[in-house]
Amino acid sequence: MKKKNSSAKNVNTAATLRKVLRYLKHYRLLFALSLLLAVVVVGLTLYFPILTGDAIDLIVAPGQVDFEGLAPLLAKGAVIIAVTALCQWLMNICNNRITFGVVRRLRHDAFVRIQSLPLSYLDKRPVGDIVSRVIADADQFTDGLLMGFSQFFTGILTILGTLCFMLTLNLPMTVWVVVATPLSLFVASFIARRTHHLFKKQSETRAEQTALIDEMIGSHKAVVAFSHEDEALRDFDEINGRLESVSRRAVFFSSLVNPSTRFVNNLVYAGVALIGALICLSATGSLTLTVGGLSAFLTYANQYTKPFNEISGVVTELQNATACAARLFELIEADTEVPDAPDAVALTGVDGRVELSDVSFSYVPDKELIRHLNLALENGQRVAIVGPTGCGKTTLINLLMRFYDVDGGSIKVSGTDIRDMTRRSLRENYGMVLQETWLAAGTVRDNIAYGRPDATDEEIVAAAKAAHAHSFIKRLPNGYDTVIGEDGGSLSQGQKQLLCISRLFLCLPPMLILDEATSSIDTRTELKIQNAFATLMMGRTSFIVAHRLSTVKKADIILVMKDGRIIEQGDHKTLLAHNGFYAELYNSQFEA
Amino acid sequence: MKIFLRCLRMYPRESILAPLFKLLEACFDLCVPLVIAAIIDRGIGGYDNAFVWQMCGVLVLLAFVGLGWAVTAQYFSAKAAVGSAARIRRELFAHMQSFTYAQTDKMGTSSMITRMTSDINQLQSGVNITLRLLLRSPIIVFGAMIMAFTIDVKLALIFAAAIPLLAAVVFGVLLGGVPLYRRVQNRLDRVTAVTRENLSGVRPIRAFCKEGEEIDRFSAANREQTSLQNKAGILTAIMNPVTYVMVNVAVILLIRGGAVAVDGGSITQGQVVALVNYMGQILVELVKLANSIFTVTKAVACGNRIGAVLETPAGMEVTPSPDDTLKPAENTPAVVFDGVSLTYGQNGAPSLHEISFSAARGQTVGIIGGTGSGKSSLVNLIPRFYDATEGTVTVLGRDVRTFDPADLRTRVGVVPQKAELFKGTIRSNLCWGKENATDDELWAALEAAQAADFVREKEGQLDAPVEQKGRNLSGGQRQRLTIARALVGQPDILILDDSASALDFATDARLRKALRSLPGRPTTFIISQRTSSIRAADLILVMDDGYIVGQGRHDDLLATCEVYREIHESQFKGGEAQ
Repeated sequence: MKKKNSSAKNVNTAATLRKVLRYLKHYRLLFALSLLLAVVVVGLTLYFPILTGDAIDLIVAPGQVDFEGLAPLLAKGAVIIAVTALCQWLMNICNNRITFGVVRRLRHDAFVRIQSLPLSYLDKRPVGDIVSRVIADADQFTDGLLMGFSQFFTGILTILGTLCFMLTLNLPMTVWVVVATPLSLFVASFIARRTHHLFKKQSETRAEQTALIDEMIGSHKAVVAFSHEDEALRDFDEINGRLESVSRRAVFFSSLVNPSTRFVNNLVYAGVALIGALICLSATGSLTLTVGGLSAFLTYANQYTKPFNEISGVVTELQNATACAARLFELIEADTEVPDAPDAVALTGVDGRVELSDVSFSYVPDKELIRHLNLALENGQRVAIVGPTGCGKTTLINLLMRFYDVDGGSIKVSGTDIRDMTRRSLRENYGMVLQETWLAAGTVRDNIAYGRPDATDEEIVAAAKAAHAHSFIKRLPNGYDTVIGEDGGSLSQGQKQLLCISRLFLCLPPMLILDEATSSIDTRTELKIQNAFATLMMGRTSFIVAHRLSTVKKADIILVMKDGRIIEQGDHKTLLAHNGFYAELYNSQFEA
Repeated sequence: MKIFLRCLRMYPRESILAPLFKLLEACFDLCVPLVIAAIIDRGIGGYDNAFVWQMCGVLVLLAFVGLGWAVTAQYFSAKAAVGSAARIRRELFAHMQSFTYAQTDKMGTSSMITRMTSDINQLQSGVNITLRLLLRSPIIVFGAMIMAFTIDVKLALIFAAAIPLLAAVVFGVLLGGVPLYRRVQNRLDRVTAVTRENLSGVRPIRAFCKEGEEIDRFSAANREQTSLQNKAGILTAIMNPVTYVMVNVAVILLIRGGAVAVDGGSITQGQVVALVNYMGQILVELVKLANSIFTVTKAVACGNRIGAVLETPAGMEVTPSPDDTLKPAENTPAVVFDGVSLTYGQNGAPSLHEISFSAARGQTVGIIGGTGSGKSSLVNLIPRFYDATEGTVTVLGRDVRTFDPADLRTRVGVVPQKAELFKGTIRSNLCWGKENATDDELWAALEAAQAADFVREKEGQLDAPVEQKGRNLSGGQRQRLTIARALVGQPDILILDDSASALDFATDARLRKALRSLPGRPTTFIISQRTSSIRAADLILVMDDGYIVGQGRHDDLLATCEVYREIHESQFKGGEAQ
């Protein structure tokens, strides 16, 4: 079972790597250059010890020093050093460019994909999860990829190169090194396997602790209000203690890898010294070795074993990186919205007719929300949707705007099924204000002009005045040029809503959707805005969600929803006379 | 830096022993070239087979002992790093728990959470690396130089010249690189911000058909970050080549000088090999040092962020009152505000001006007013979530500043605007109000809060699970549970901060009825946007822009208070007037 899992994981890793390669294709030339430079760097780095070895052979003892032979050797060395360093620098720069470029493309593609993902996908996932894919996972992937480039290839080249050089120097010593070195890999993987469950335990405990911290710090005010600090600290201490003990073991055992492999390498080194020295001493037949040769060989032995350590590190890093890349690809490859039909028309000359026939919809297959809903609206009619919180009022809006597609039946605007028109033209004809206000980071002016960037200053001010936002904007430090931070920054919820309403007054689309648009605005200001809305709604088909019933009374059609169903439908008078759920809701607000 | 050093001081024994054992290991590493030199000079030079065997035995022995030292060092450093991180984490958590509302506002939740998690993790790896590697590298570097001096003073001068130069390069690149990387990080923040914004605003963005423009905005931020990253990369990419050049030039100089020295007879061939090996070791260590220094600078920066939190004095000053045990007389008013003003932060306009009122025991006080008029600010002063900038707040006859905050808060039950529940069960959430509440007490609170019905329907009833933030409950259910939570403690004063907003009118009405007949008759403050919710109150405070512009009963206010009348009309007659 376990084996099956790991092989499935390998397949996934391979698939991910293939996808990464597709991105690398854009950097084919740089990639080739980087490999070429790596070959040069490794070759020259390995050649340098031979030079020093040769040089050392020229300085044997007093009086036996060949100064004439030494000078050109050293000059050659200097040139090699210069070339190596230059190539290494260029190679690093190439690697940087490739890596950062690949990641930029990945992020770009992810972001583009987000724009066309269906809302059903985005609604299901916490914002933090997707952000962490685009930001943190991409970053981790960068680190892994960069490390892979800079150490993996040079590592493998170094191993191969060293092997060649060693073979030219001496066969028996080479055999010894080749046979003995993989021992360090065994030791490393043995320790890694043993510590794997400790690390898993560590990240589990850490996640548990983060959840507690998130809760207690995130809701710090509630904690303070109930003097719950001591209990919170008690829970924290318990997890913290467990985390400390598991972390200590994980950190300690994993840190054994380095000394252990170094130990193995030291043994290899000792073996080389022994064999080399004995060969020097015996000096029979073809098996000859000079002191300089021995010195070079010892350097190689060191250089040969080092990449093995690095590569085992790189492999873990790469595993982590591919896991991150896989999460990113999951996002990039998520199914997009059903694209607009090829023969989709652009909606123009809207006459305000909206017709819902036999509409059914559910978010999850077995829990039907809207069933066989029929509704026909003439131009300029107002529909109010009321009902307790969480009854599915916003679902209807999701369908009207085509954020979600209906499961059955159809929605028609101006007589055309909305699936037969482009999303863009449909949405452009709706003006929407939601309860959850959203402002972009930028100035007040930019935000009001969000739907019409070409609007003049006069138009913007007029829109703000219509939405009763002008007076508070004037009092902001820089008026319309005040920069508001991420998520509206220091503005109050009510002020943010006023800005969103101003946007609507600037665009004046033919149909309106107001989802609790004034819920955070005090009732006096609301009353004034309602008057403005009343003018705006004149001749515009409008959908209004509200739980203040005074807002609702004037609607032509009131839909009363409960538990996701429309249970009553009609105008205010009819519904009151019907004496059902609406009447109960309406009357309860007058009870003291 | 302070926090970083404090971590080391927390485990003084381990913090000394770990580098000490590293030092021993390093010394053994440094002996290896000497042994090799001996093999070359005496073994090969003297045709001494037995000596070669002996010396290789020594090498194996050195390897074993080195392993022993290293393992010991790793153990101590793991213990010190993990242990001190755990302690700092606890200290930080406890400290944050004692923060006042004002401090929480200023710091921001997400920043507090990052400090508790990723900053401390960085600190831990920093401490670990410091103990394990950071000290090893200088030891090897200087050790190699000292060994060189024992071989030949004149040639060792090359070491003495190369090491400061190498140090200058390493630190120069680091110092130049750190600000560059900080800028890269800032640009990344921008990329993050655009991404977040697009996810939270997906509906408005699509409604306005701005997908294309948003992609352009993202691309610009993304490109900018990448190009800065490339720029920073050019600088850091130069470190390894430059150190490589310096070390190998030193090697050439060593051979050149060594040739003269060997010719003159002052050193042997084997010793030249040893010197070259030492230089090689320095190069290896420098690469390691550079990598670990990045981790350590990050850890120090994170430590500073943690230190900034720990240095903020937390909690509120309490002036103990001499009559601590004194029972207040039966007729003392429950809450008195006397000329209270409140300003958040250092500057900015006051949020409350000269508030004065008095609420008798058992009264219901309604507070109404526009958006941002100061309703929540006013009630937040009663359990002393903030301190008044001017004036005094008296609860049950005592200045709130003389109460032990925990004691004060068991007497004042608060239902905040935002209904927040915690992971656990319904019972565990309700017991926040009173730790050892009986089932009967819990059910009584649920009944009053109009929550008993839906709790009864749940599987497990009181022990039904509650997810983080109460995600598995509807908004209305959450709100009713937070009300019940406040009622369990049977507070003397109950504050409902617009806590019925998610309830429909019918449930809201039943709730208010139940609150009026609570046992013990707590003094109740109700903040609401609807006049219908507070019209029966004994005292209504009408707030506007931080001032009380009217106080009295419903009928009086309708007659005397312009603002109140407008609010009332906007909700009742207003709708019909058109």
